[in-house]
Amino acid sequence: MSKVEVVNGVSSATEHKVQQITTRTDSREILANAHRDIARLHLDDYFIVDVDAHHVEFDSWSEILDHLENPVLRHNAKSMTQNWPNAKQLAFSNHPVGLTFQDVFGRIPHQAELGEHVEKTEEHRDLTLVRRAMDSMGIKMQVVFPQPMLEMGLHPEPDIVTAMTFAYNRWFTRTILPREKRVKTLLCLPFHDPEASLKMIKEFGETPGVVGFMITSQRHAGVHKNMFMRIYRELEERGLPLAFHAGPTWGDTMTSTMNRFLSVHSMSFVTCNMMHMTNWIVNGLPERFPKLKVIWIESGLAWVPFMMQRLDHEYLMRQSDAPLLKRLPSEYIQEMFFTSQPLEVTMPHMLEATFKAVHADTQLMYSSDWPHWDFDVPARIAGLPFLDEQAKRNILGENARKLFRL
Amino acid sequence: MPATSQKVFVGAGERVPEGGRLVVDIGEITIGIFRVDGNLYAYLNRCAHQRGPVCQGKIIPRVTEVIDSGGESHGFAFDETHLHIVCPWHGFEYDIKTGAHPGRRSARLIPVTVEEAADGIYVTV
Ligand code: FES
Repeated sequence: MSKVEVVNGVSSATEHKVQQITTRTDSREILANAHRDIARLHLDDYFIVDVDAHHVEFDSWSEILDHLENPVLRHNAKSMTQNWPNAKQLAFSNHPVGLTFQDVFGRIPHQAELGEHVEKTEEHRDLTLVRRAMDSMGIKMQVVFPQPMLEMGLHPEPDIVTAMTFAYNRWFTRTILPREKRVKTLLCLPFHDPEASLKMIKEFGETPGVVGFMITSQRHAGVHKNMFMRIYRELEERGLPLAFHAGPTWGDTMTSTMNRFLSVHSMSFVTCNMMHMTNWIVNGLPERFPKLKVIWIESGLAWVPFMMQRLDHEYLMRQSDAPLLKRLPSEYIQEMFFTSQPLEVTMPHMLEATFKAVHADTQLMYSSDWPHWDFDVPARIAGLPFLDEQAKRNILGENARKLFRL
Repeated sequence: MPATSQKVFVGAGERVPEGGRLVVDIGEITIGIFRVDGNLYAYLNRCAHQRGPVCQGKIIPRVTEVIDSGGESHGFAFDETHLHIVCPWHGFEYDIKTGAHPGRRSARLIPVTVEEAADGIYVTV
Protein backbone atom coordinates (compact mmCIF):
# COMPACT_ATOMS: atom_id res chain seq x y z
CA MET A 1 0.00 0.00 0.00
CA SER A 2 1.39 3.43 -0.86
CA LYS A 3 1.72 6.18 1.71
CA VAL A 4 -1.59 7.98 1.62
CA GLU A 5 -2.24 11.55 2.55
CA VAL A 6 -5.19 13.74 1.78
CA VAL A 7 -4.79 17.32 0.71
CA ASN A 8 -7.80 19.61 1.08
CA GLY A 9 -9.62 16.92 2.92
CA VAL A 10 -11.41 14.74 0.36
CA SER A 11 -9.88 11.83 -1.55
CA SER A 12 -6.98 9.54 -0.87
CA ALA A 13 -4.69 7.67 -3.24
CA THR A 14 -4.29 3.94 -2.80
CA GLU A 15 -2.17 1.63 -4.84
CA HIS A 16 -4.35 -0.20 -7.35
CA LYS A 17 -4.32 -3.90 -6.59
CA VAL A 18 -3.22 -4.95 -10.09
CA GLN A 19 -0.40 -2.85 -11.46
CA GLN A 20 -0.01 -4.77 -14.71
CA ILE A 21 -2.52 -7.04 -16.41
CA THR A 22 -1.03 -10.41 -17.33
CA THR A 23 -2.26 -13.84 -18.38
CA ARG A 24 -2.88 -14.53 -14.68
CA THR A 25 -5.14 -11.54 -14.04
CA ASP A 26 -8.77 -12.19 -13.12
CA SER A 27 -11.06 -11.41 -16.07
CA ARG A 28 -13.23 -9.27 -13.78
CA GLU A 29 -10.21 -7.04 -13.24
CA ILE A 30 -9.34 -7.04 -16.94
CA LEU A 31 -12.92 -6.07 -17.77
CA ALA A 32 -13.46 -3.65 -14.85
CA ASN A 33 -13.76 -0.68 -17.21
CA ALA A 34 -16.37 -2.55 -19.27
CA HIS A 35 -18.27 -3.16 -16.04
CA ARG A 36 -18.35 0.60 -15.43
CA ASP A 37 -20.06 0.98 -18.81
CA ILE A 38 -23.10 -0.84 -17.40
CA ALA A 39 -23.95 2.13 -15.18
CA ARG A 40 -22.63 4.78 -17.59
CA LEU A 41 -24.74 3.54 -20.53
CA HIS A 42 -27.60 1.93 -18.57
CA LEU A 43 -26.76 -1.42 -20.16
CA ASP A 44 -28.85 -3.21 -17.55
CA ASP A 45 -31.91 -1.87 -19.35
CA TYR A 46 -30.99 -3.89 -22.43
CA PHE A 47 -31.35 -7.58 -23.16
CA ILE A 48 -27.81 -8.05 -24.44
CA VAL A 49 -27.05 -11.18 -26.40
CA ASP A 50 -23.48 -11.77 -27.46
CA VAL A 51 -23.65 -13.89 -30.61
CA ASP A 52 -19.94 -14.74 -30.81
CA ALA A 53 -17.74 -15.45 -27.81
CA HIS A 54 -15.24 -18.19 -27.11
CA HIS A 55 -14.13 -20.55 -24.43
CA VAL A 56 -10.71 -22.17 -24.53
CA GLU A 57 -11.23 -25.85 -25.24
CA PHE A 58 -7.49 -26.55 -25.06
CA ASP A 59 -7.83 -26.42 -21.27
CA SER A 60 -10.21 -29.40 -21.51
CA TRP A 61 -8.52 -31.15 -24.40
CA SER A 62 -8.02 -34.44 -22.62
CA GLU A 63 -11.72 -34.54 -21.60
CA ILE A 64 -12.69 -33.84 -25.20
CA LEU A 65 -10.48 -36.65 -26.49
CA ASP A 66 -12.25 -39.00 -24.06
CA HIS A 67 -15.37 -38.36 -26.15
CA LEU A 68 -13.80 -39.77 -29.34
CA GLU A 69 -16.10 -42.63 -30.24
CA ASN A 70 -13.69 -44.79 -32.20
CA PRO A 71 -11.45 -46.66 -29.71
CA VAL A 72 -8.44 -46.64 -32.03
CA LEU A 73 -8.64 -42.91 -32.69
CA ARG A 74 -9.19 -42.34 -28.96
CA HIS A 75 -6.11 -44.42 -28.17
CA ASN A 76 -4.05 -42.62 -30.81
CA ALA A 77 -4.97 -39.16 -29.61
CA LYS A 78 -4.56 -39.97 -25.93
CA SER A 79 -1.17 -41.57 -26.47
CA MET A 80 -0.05 -38.43 -28.27
CA THR A 81 -1.02 -36.37 -25.23
CA GLN A 82 0.81 -38.77 -22.91
CA ASN A 83 4.06 -39.10 -24.85
CA TRP A 84 4.54 -35.77 -26.60
CA PRO A 85 5.18 -33.00 -24.09
CA ASN A 86 3.90 -30.35 -26.51
CA ALA A 87 0.79 -32.28 -27.60
CA LYS A 88 -1.12 -32.32 -24.31
CA GLN A 89 -3.45 -29.64 -25.59
CA LEU A 90 -2.86 -30.12 -29.29
CA ALA A 91 -3.29 -33.78 -30.22
CA PHE A 92 -5.37 -34.17 -33.40
CA SER A 93 -5.92 -30.40 -33.65
CA ASN A 94 -4.87 -28.22 -36.55
CA HIS A 95 -3.22 -25.41 -34.66
CA PRO A 96 -1.64 -23.06 -37.22
CA VAL A 97 1.34 -20.81 -36.62
CA GLY A 98 -0.61 -17.55 -36.84
CA LEU A 99 -2.76 -18.26 -33.79
CA THR A 100 0.16 -17.70 -31.45
CA PHE A 101 0.83 -14.30 -33.06
CA GLN A 102 -2.58 -13.00 -32.05
CA ASP A 103 -1.62 -11.49 -28.69
CA VAL A 104 0.88 -9.12 -30.40
CA PHE A 105 3.70 -10.81 -28.52
CA GLY A 106 2.61 -10.27 -24.94
CA ARG A 107 0.88 -6.95 -25.49
CA ILE A 108 -2.66 -8.39 -25.23
CA PRO A 109 -2.39 -11.05 -22.53
CA HIS A 110 -6.03 -12.25 -22.39
CA GLN A 111 -5.69 -13.51 -25.97
CA ALA A 112 -2.87 -15.85 -25.02
CA GLU A 113 -4.42 -17.29 -21.87
CA LEU A 114 -7.05 -16.70 -19.22
CA GLY A 115 -4.84 -18.24 -16.57
CA GLU A 116 -6.61 -16.67 -13.62
CA HIS A 117 -7.36 -18.40 -10.38
CA VAL A 118 -10.64 -20.31 -10.19
CA GLU A 119 -11.60 -22.19 -7.05
CA LYS A 120 -11.82 -25.93 -7.66
CA THR A 121 -15.51 -26.75 -7.34
CA GLU A 122 -18.02 -28.99 -9.08
CA GLU A 123 -18.45 -26.28 -11.65
CA HIS A 124 -16.39 -26.50 -14.84
CA ARG A 125 -13.69 -23.85 -14.96
CA ASP A 126 -14.76 -22.70 -18.45
CA LEU A 127 -18.25 -21.99 -17.18
CA THR A 128 -16.87 -19.80 -14.40
CA LEU A 129 -14.81 -17.86 -16.94
CA VAL A 130 -17.77 -17.46 -19.30
CA ARG A 131 -19.95 -16.17 -16.44
CA ARG A 132 -17.26 -13.75 -15.27
CA ALA A 133 -17.04 -12.28 -18.76
CA MET A 134 -20.82 -12.05 -19.24
CA ASP A 135 -21.39 -10.43 -15.86
CA SER A 136 -18.51 -7.99 -16.35
CA MET A 137 -19.93 -6.76 -19.66
CA GLY A 138 -23.65 -6.81 -18.77
CA ILE A 139 -24.35 -9.63 -21.22
CA LYS A 140 -27.48 -11.69 -20.56
CA MET A 141 -26.83 -14.54 -22.98
CA GLN A 142 -23.82 -15.65 -24.92
CA VAL A 143 -23.39 -17.88 -27.96
CA VAL A 144 -20.17 -19.68 -27.14
CA PHE A 145 -17.78 -21.19 -29.67
CA PRO A 146 -14.51 -23.08 -29.37
CA GLN A 147 -11.21 -21.65 -30.69
CA PRO A 148 -8.72 -24.08 -32.29
CA MET A 149 -11.63 -26.30 -33.35
CA LEU A 150 -12.47 -23.48 -35.76
CA GLU A 151 -9.34 -24.41 -37.70
CA MET A 152 -10.50 -27.95 -38.40
CA GLY A 153 -11.73 -27.06 -41.89
CA LEU A 154 -8.10 -27.05 -43.07
CA HIS A 155 -7.07 -30.23 -41.23
CA PRO A 156 -5.48 -32.68 -43.68
CA GLU A 157 -7.35 -35.77 -42.49
CA PRO A 158 -11.14 -35.64 -42.95
CA ASP A 159 -11.90 -38.68 -40.78
CA ILE A 160 -10.15 -37.06 -37.83
CA VAL A 161 -12.13 -33.87 -38.47
CA THR A 162 -15.42 -35.75 -38.34
CA ALA A 163 -14.44 -37.68 -35.23
CA MET A 164 -13.12 -34.60 -33.41
CA THR A 165 -16.17 -32.53 -34.32
CA PHE A 166 -18.45 -35.15 -32.78
CA ALA A 167 -16.16 -35.49 -29.76
CA TYR A 168 -16.07 -31.74 -29.12
CA ASN A 169 -19.82 -31.28 -29.67
CA ARG A 170 -20.65 -34.17 -27.36
CA TRP A 171 -18.30 -32.88 -24.69
CA PHE A 172 -19.70 -29.33 -24.94
CA THR A 173 -23.35 -30.35 -24.92
CA ARG A 174 -22.81 -32.70 -21.97
CA THR A 175 -20.34 -30.72 -19.88
CA ILE A 176 -21.04 -27.02 -20.41
CA LEU A 177 -24.40 -26.43 -22.05
CA PRO A 178 -26.77 -28.13 -19.56
CA ARG A 179 -25.26 -26.24 -16.63
CA GLU A 180 -26.03 -22.69 -17.68
CA LYS A 181 -29.15 -21.52 -19.50
CA ARG A 182 -27.44 -18.24 -20.43
CA VAL A 183 -24.98 -20.14 -22.61
CA LYS A 184 -26.07 -21.07 -26.15
CA THR A 185 -24.17 -22.44 -29.10
CA LEU A 186 -24.14 -22.95 -32.85
CA LEU A 187 -22.47 -26.34 -33.19
CA CYS A 188 -19.75 -26.98 -35.81
CA LEU A 189 -20.68 -29.29 -38.66
CA PRO A 190 -18.21 -31.75 -40.20
CA PHE A 191 -19.19 -30.00 -43.39
CA HIS A 192 -16.88 -31.93 -45.76
CA ASP A 193 -18.98 -35.02 -44.97
CA PRO A 194 -22.69 -34.34 -45.63
CA GLU A 195 -23.76 -37.70 -44.19
CA ALA A 196 -21.97 -36.97 -40.95
CA SER A 197 -23.34 -33.42 -40.95
CA LEU A 198 -26.90 -34.76 -41.20
CA LYS A 199 -26.15 -37.17 -38.39
CA MET A 200 -24.88 -34.24 -36.32
CA ILE A 201 -28.01 -32.19 -36.98
CA LYS A 202 -30.22 -35.15 -36.06
CA GLU A 203 -28.25 -35.87 -32.87
CA PHE A 204 -28.16 -32.30 -31.58
CA GLY A 205 -30.88 -30.41 -33.48
CA GLU A 206 -33.22 -30.47 -30.51
CA THR A 207 -30.66 -30.22 -27.72
CA PRO A 208 -31.57 -27.32 -25.40
CA GLY A 209 -29.12 -24.47 -25.93
CA VAL A 210 -28.21 -25.50 -29.49
CA VAL A 211 -29.65 -22.59 -31.47
CA GLY A 212 -28.34 -23.63 -34.89
CA PHE A 213 -25.28 -25.00 -36.67
CA MET A 214 -22.07 -23.55 -37.99
CA ILE A 215 -19.58 -24.07 -40.79
CA THR A 216 -16.02 -22.98 -40.07
CA SER A 217 -15.28 -20.75 -43.03
CA GLN A 218 -11.59 -21.58 -43.50
CA ARG A 219 -11.94 -24.52 -45.87
CA HIS A 220 -11.55 -25.30 -49.53
CA ALA A 221 -15.12 -26.13 -50.40
CA GLY A 222 -17.68 -24.73 -52.80
CA VAL A 223 -20.77 -24.35 -50.66
CA HIS A 224 -22.93 -24.59 -53.79
CA LYS A 225 -21.94 -28.22 -54.59
CA ASN A 226 -24.92 -30.56 -54.86
CA MET A 227 -23.55 -32.78 -52.09
CA PHE A 228 -24.30 -30.06 -49.52
CA MET A 229 -27.93 -29.38 -50.45
CA ARG A 230 -29.21 -32.05 -48.06
CA ILE A 231 -27.64 -30.17 -45.17
CA TYR A 232 -29.34 -26.91 -46.08
CA ARG A 233 -32.70 -28.63 -46.62
CA GLU A 234 -32.51 -30.32 -43.23
CA LEU A 235 -31.71 -27.05 -41.45
CA GLU A 236 -34.38 -25.15 -43.35
CA GLU A 237 -37.02 -27.73 -42.46
CA ARG A 238 -36.04 -27.59 -38.80
CA GLY A 239 -36.02 -23.78 -38.78
CA LEU A 240 -32.41 -23.75 -37.57
CA PRO A 241 -30.02 -21.01 -38.74
CA LEU A 242 -26.72 -21.74 -40.48
CA ALA A 243 -23.71 -19.64 -39.53
CA PHE A 244 -20.36 -19.19 -41.26
CA HIS A 245 -17.66 -18.50 -38.68
CA ALA A 246 -14.57 -16.81 -40.15
CA GLY A 247 -11.00 -17.65 -39.20
CA PRO A 248 -7.44 -16.89 -40.27
CA THR A 249 -5.01 -18.75 -42.47
CA TRP A 250 -1.43 -17.93 -43.30
CA GLY A 251 -1.25 -20.74 -45.82
CA ASP A 252 -3.33 -19.87 -48.87
CA THR A 253 -2.00 -18.42 -52.11
CA MET A 254 -2.83 -14.87 -51.02
CA THR A 255 -1.72 -14.85 -47.37
CA SER A 256 1.45 -16.85 -48.04
CA THR A 257 2.81 -13.68 -49.69
CA MET A 258 2.36 -11.77 -46.42
CA ASN A 259 4.95 -11.12 -43.71
CA ARG A 260 2.87 -9.66 -40.88
CA PHE A 261 -0.01 -11.14 -38.94
CA LEU A 262 -1.77 -7.78 -39.22
CA SER A 263 -1.98 -8.38 -42.99
CA VAL A 264 -2.98 -12.02 -42.65
CA HIS A 265 -5.69 -11.28 -40.11
CA SER A 266 -7.05 -8.25 -41.97
CA MET A 267 -7.54 -10.22 -45.15
CA SER A 268 -8.12 -13.88 -44.40
CA PHE A 269 -10.76 -13.33 -41.73
CA VAL A 270 -12.83 -11.67 -44.44
CA THR A 271 -11.90 -13.37 -47.71
CA CYS A 272 -13.08 -16.78 -46.46
CA ASN A 273 -16.58 -15.40 -45.93
CA MET A 274 -16.43 -13.37 -49.17
CA MET A 275 -15.78 -16.59 -51.05
CA HIS A 276 -18.65 -18.48 -49.45
CA MET A 277 -21.08 -15.59 -49.78
CA THR A 278 -20.23 -15.26 -53.48
CA ASN A 279 -20.89 -18.93 -54.17
CA TRP A 280 -24.01 -18.80 -52.00
CA ILE A 281 -25.56 -15.88 -53.88
CA VAL A 282 -24.40 -16.57 -57.45
CA ASN A 283 -25.70 -20.13 -57.26
CA GLY A 284 -29.08 -18.93 -56.08
CA LEU A 285 -29.07 -20.68 -52.71
CA PRO A 286 -31.36 -18.00 -51.22
CA GLU A 287 -33.89 -18.93 -53.92
CA ARG A 288 -33.47 -22.66 -53.32
CA PHE A 289 -33.73 -22.37 -49.52
CA PRO A 290 -35.74 -19.21 -48.98
CA LYS A 291 -36.52 -19.94 -45.35
CA LEU A 292 -32.97 -20.84 -44.32
CA LYS A 293 -31.49 -18.06 -42.19
CA VAL A 294 -27.78 -17.46 -42.83
CA ILE A 295 -25.42 -15.65 -40.41
CA TRP A 296 -21.93 -14.33 -41.19
CA ILE A 297 -19.72 -14.25 -38.12
CA GLU A 298 -16.50 -12.42 -37.25
CA SER A 299 -15.62 -10.77 -40.53
CA GLY A 300 -16.64 -7.31 -39.32
CA LEU A 301 -19.01 -5.32 -41.51
CA ALA A 302 -16.97 -3.17 -43.91
CA TRP A 303 -16.75 -6.00 -46.45
CA VAL A 304 -20.50 -6.23 -46.89
CA PRO A 305 -21.14 -2.98 -48.83
CA PHE A 306 -18.21 -3.96 -51.07
CA MET A 307 -19.80 -7.35 -51.78
CA MET A 308 -23.20 -5.78 -52.42
CA GLN A 309 -21.85 -3.31 -54.94
CA ARG A 310 -19.42 -5.67 -56.60
CA LEU A 311 -21.86 -8.55 -57.07
CA ASP A 312 -24.66 -6.24 -58.26
CA HIS A 313 -22.31 -4.64 -60.76
CA GLU A 314 -21.20 -7.95 -62.26
CA TYR A 315 -24.59 -9.64 -62.06
CA LEU A 316 -26.29 -7.00 -64.21
CA MET A 317 -23.84 -7.71 -67.04
CA ARG A 318 -23.73 -11.49 -66.64
CA GLN A 319 -27.25 -12.45 -65.61
CA SER A 320 -26.95 -15.74 -67.48
CA ASP A 321 -24.17 -16.84 -65.09
CA ALA A 322 -26.59 -16.59 -62.17
CA PRO A 323 -29.91 -17.63 -63.68
CA LEU A 324 -31.60 -18.51 -60.40
CA LEU A 325 -31.51 -14.93 -59.12
CA LYS A 326 -34.72 -12.95 -59.34
CA ARG A 327 -33.35 -9.87 -57.64
CA LEU A 328 -30.04 -8.09 -57.20
CA PRO A 329 -27.42 -9.90 -55.09
CA SER A 330 -27.49 -7.00 -52.63
CA GLU A 331 -31.16 -7.61 -51.95
CA TYR A 332 -30.45 -11.17 -50.88
CA ILE A 333 -27.54 -9.98 -48.75
CA GLN A 334 -29.84 -7.53 -46.97
CA GLU A 335 -31.90 -10.50 -45.78
CA MET A 336 -28.88 -12.23 -44.24
CA PHE A 337 -27.70 -11.78 -40.67
CA PHE A 338 -24.33 -10.44 -39.50
CA THR A 339 -22.51 -10.24 -36.20
CA SER A 340 -20.95 -6.90 -35.39
CA GLN A 341 -17.40 -7.66 -34.27
CA PRO A 342 -14.80 -6.48 -35.17
CA LEU A 343 -16.69 -3.28 -35.90
CA GLU A 344 -14.61 -1.02 -38.16
CA VAL A 345 -15.21 2.41 -36.64
CA THR A 346 -12.37 4.62 -37.85
CA MET A 347 -14.51 6.38 -40.48
CA PRO A 348 -17.82 7.14 -38.75
CA HIS A 349 -19.67 8.34 -41.87
CA MET A 350 -18.82 5.10 -43.66
CA LEU A 351 -19.83 3.07 -40.64
CA GLU A 352 -23.21 4.78 -40.65
CA ALA A 353 -23.63 4.10 -44.37
CA THR A 354 -22.67 0.47 -43.79
CA PHE A 355 -25.33 0.10 -41.09
CA LYS A 356 -27.91 1.44 -43.54
CA ALA A 357 -26.69 -0.83 -46.34
CA VAL A 358 -26.93 -4.03 -44.30
CA HIS A 359 -30.26 -3.08 -42.70
CA ALA A 360 -28.54 -3.20 -39.35
CA ASP A 361 -31.63 -2.50 -37.29
CA THR A 362 -33.10 -5.88 -38.19
CA GLN A 363 -30.10 -7.91 -39.46
CA LEU A 364 -27.15 -7.01 -37.23
CA MET A 365 -26.39 -8.77 -33.94
CA TYR A 366 -23.89 -7.61 -31.33
CA SER A 367 -20.94 -9.90 -30.73
CA SER A 368 -17.99 -9.48 -28.38
CA ASP A 369 -15.59 -12.19 -29.57
CA TRP A 370 -14.23 -12.20 -26.03
CA PRO A 371 -11.52 -13.24 -25.10
CA HIS A 372 -9.89 -12.52 -28.43
CA TRP A 373 -7.50 -9.66 -29.05
CA ASP A 374 -9.94 -7.60 -31.13
CA PHE A 375 -13.03 -8.05 -28.92
CA ASP A 376 -15.77 -5.40 -28.73
CA VAL A 377 -17.55 -4.38 -25.54
CA PRO A 378 -21.32 -3.66 -25.69
CA ALA A 379 -20.52 0.08 -25.50
CA ARG A 380 -19.33 -0.23 -29.08
CA ILE A 381 -22.99 -0.45 -30.13
CA ALA A 382 -24.62 1.37 -27.20
CA GLY A 383 -22.41 4.43 -27.82
CA LEU A 384 -23.04 4.83 -31.56
CA PRO A 385 -24.44 8.35 -32.06
CA PHE A 386 -26.38 7.61 -35.24
CA LEU A 387 -28.49 4.74 -33.86
CA ASP A 388 -31.89 5.40 -32.38
CA GLU A 389 -32.93 3.68 -29.18
CA GLN A 390 -34.85 0.88 -30.87
CA ALA A 391 -31.98 0.12 -33.27
CA LYS A 392 -29.60 -0.17 -30.31
CA ARG A 393 -31.99 -2.52 -28.56
CA ASN A 394 -32.36 -4.65 -31.68
CA ILE A 395 -28.66 -4.91 -32.39
CA LEU A 396 -27.66 -5.51 -28.79
CA GLY A 397 -30.11 -8.38 -28.34
CA GLU A 398 -33.58 -8.25 -29.82
CA ASN A 399 -32.52 -9.37 -33.31
CA ALA A 400 -30.79 -12.38 -31.74
CA ARG A 401 -33.75 -13.06 -29.45
CA LYS A 402 -36.01 -13.23 -32.52
CA LEU A 403 -33.66 -15.24 -34.72
CA PHE A 404 -32.78 -17.82 -32.06
CA ARG A 405 -36.20 -17.73 -30.33
CA LEU A 406 -34.54 -16.98 -26.98
CA MET B 1 -14.53 12.64 -10.80
CA PRO B 2 -15.03 15.11 -7.93
CA ALA B 3 -16.69 18.40 -8.88
CA THR B 4 -13.73 20.53 -7.77
CA SER B 5 -10.14 19.66 -8.44
CA GLN B 6 -7.91 18.73 -5.59
CA LYS B 7 -4.29 17.92 -5.09
CA VAL B 8 -3.68 14.45 -3.76
CA PHE B 9 -0.47 13.08 -2.34
CA VAL B 10 0.33 9.79 -4.03
CA GLY B 11 3.56 8.59 -2.47
CA ALA B 12 7.30 9.00 -2.32
CA GLY B 13 9.12 9.67 -5.58
CA GLU B 14 10.79 6.27 -5.65
CA ARG B 15 7.37 4.63 -5.94
CA VAL B 16 7.62 5.42 -9.66
CA PRO B 17 11.00 4.13 -10.87
CA GLU B 18 12.60 5.14 -14.15
CA GLY B 19 10.77 3.32 -16.98
CA GLY B 20 8.14 2.10 -14.54
CA ARG B 21 4.68 2.99 -13.32
CA LEU B 22 2.40 3.28 -10.34
CA VAL B 23 -1.34 2.79 -10.80
CA VAL B 24 -3.44 4.36 -8.04
CA ASP B 25 -7.10 4.69 -7.18
CA ILE B 26 -8.40 8.04 -6.01
CA GLY B 27 -12.06 7.65 -5.16
CA GLU B 28 -13.73 6.29 -8.27
CA ILE B 29 -10.92 7.11 -10.66
CA THR B 30 -7.78 5.19 -11.51
CA ILE B 31 -4.62 6.89 -12.68
CA GLY B 32 -1.33 5.63 -14.05
CA ILE B 33 1.83 7.58 -13.22
CA PHE B 34 4.94 6.90 -15.31
CA ARG B 35 8.53 8.07 -15.25
CA VAL B 36 10.55 8.54 -18.44
CA ASP B 37 13.95 10.29 -18.54
CA GLY B 38 13.38 11.37 -14.97
CA ASN B 39 10.09 13.16 -15.65
CA LEU B 40 6.66 12.09 -14.46
CA TYR B 41 3.60 11.67 -16.69
CA ALA B 42 0.12 10.75 -15.48
CA TYR B 43 -2.98 9.63 -17.34
CA LEU B 44 -6.46 8.37 -16.59
CA ASN B 45 -6.65 4.60 -16.84
CA ARG B 46 -8.99 4.89 -19.80
CA CYS B 47 -7.93 4.15 -23.36
CA ALA B 48 -9.05 6.35 -26.25
CA HIS B 49 -10.17 3.24 -28.11
CA GLN B 50 -12.79 1.43 -26.00
CA ARG B 51 -11.95 2.83 -22.55
CA GLY B 52 -9.71 -0.12 -21.70
CA PRO B 53 -7.35 -0.10 -18.67
CA VAL B 54 -4.46 1.31 -20.65
CA CYS B 55 -2.23 2.22 -17.69
CA GLN B 56 -2.13 -1.45 -16.62
CA GLY B 57 -0.58 -2.56 -19.90
CA LYS B 58 2.89 -3.52 -20.97
CA ILE B 59 5.59 -0.84 -21.07
CA ILE B 60 7.82 -1.38 -24.07
CA PRO B 61 9.91 0.77 -26.44
CA ARG B 62 8.45 1.74 -29.77
CA VAL B 63 9.19 -0.73 -32.57
CA THR B 64 10.76 0.68 -35.71
CA GLU B 65 11.96 -0.85 -38.96
CA VAL B 66 15.49 -0.35 -40.23
CA ILE B 67 15.48 0.85 -43.84
CA ASP B 68 18.71 1.51 -45.72
CA SER B 69 19.37 4.25 -48.27
CA GLY B 70 18.23 1.96 -51.06
CA GLY B 71 14.83 1.48 -49.39
CA GLU B 72 15.56 -2.10 -48.34
CA SER B 73 14.38 -3.36 -44.99
CA HIS B 74 16.77 -4.79 -42.41
CA GLY B 75 14.13 -5.83 -39.93
CA PHE B 76 12.71 -4.57 -36.68
CA ALA B 77 14.47 -2.60 -33.98
CA PHE B 78 13.47 -1.14 -30.62
CA ASP B 79 13.65 2.66 -30.44
CA GLU B 80 14.69 3.06 -26.82
CA THR B 81 14.11 6.82 -27.02
CA HIS B 82 10.33 6.35 -27.24
CA LEU B 83 8.76 4.38 -24.45
CA HIS B 84 5.21 3.16 -25.03
CA ILE B 85 2.39 2.07 -22.80
CA VAL B 86 0.29 -0.61 -24.54
CA CYS B 87 -3.38 -0.96 -23.72
CA PRO B 88 -3.94 -4.59 -22.73
CA TRP B 89 -7.44 -4.77 -24.23
CA HIS B 90 -6.51 -4.46 -27.92
CA GLY B 91 -2.96 -3.20 -28.14
CA PHE B 92 -3.26 0.54 -28.85
CA GLU B 93 0.20 1.96 -28.11
CA TYR B 94 0.81 5.44 -26.73
CA ASP B 95 4.04 7.36 -26.37
CA ILE B 96 4.27 7.90 -22.62
CA LYS B 97 5.70 11.42 -23.03
CA THR B 98 2.98 12.71 -25.38
CA GLY B 99 0.09 10.38 -24.59
CA ALA B 100 -0.53 10.05 -28.33
CA HIS B 101 -0.84 7.01 -30.59
CA PRO B 102 2.13 7.21 -33.00
CA GLY B 103 -0.01 6.61 -36.09
CA ARG B 104 -3.11 8.58 -35.15
CA ARG B 105 -2.22 11.52 -32.97
CA SER B 106 -5.85 12.34 -32.26
CA ALA B 107 -6.05 9.06 -30.33
CA ARG B 108 -4.69 10.33 -27.03
CA LEU B 109 -4.69 9.47 -23.39
CA ILE B 110 -6.33 11.89 -20.95
CA PRO B 111 -3.53 13.63 -19.03
CA VAL B 112 -3.60 14.26 -15.30
CA THR B 113 -1.52 16.99 -13.72
CA VAL B 114 1.36 15.44 -11.79
CA GLU B 115 4.09 17.16 -9.80
CA GLU B 116 7.07 15.98 -7.86
CA ALA B 117 7.75 17.94 -4.65
CA ALA B 118 10.45 17.40 -2.05
CA ASP B 119 8.19 15.06 -0.08
CA GLY B 120 6.89 13.09 -3.04
CA ILE B 121 4.40 12.92 -5.89
CA TYR B 122 1.13 14.83 -6.13
CA VAL B 123 -1.62 14.59 -8.74
CA THR B 124 -4.45 17.01 -9.29
CA VAL B 125 -7.79 15.37 -9.96
S1 FES C 1 -9.51 -0.15 -25.30
FE1 FES C 1 -7.41 0.23 -25.39
S2 FES C 1 -6.79 -0.72 -27.17
FE2 FES C 1 -8.92 -0.98 -27.13
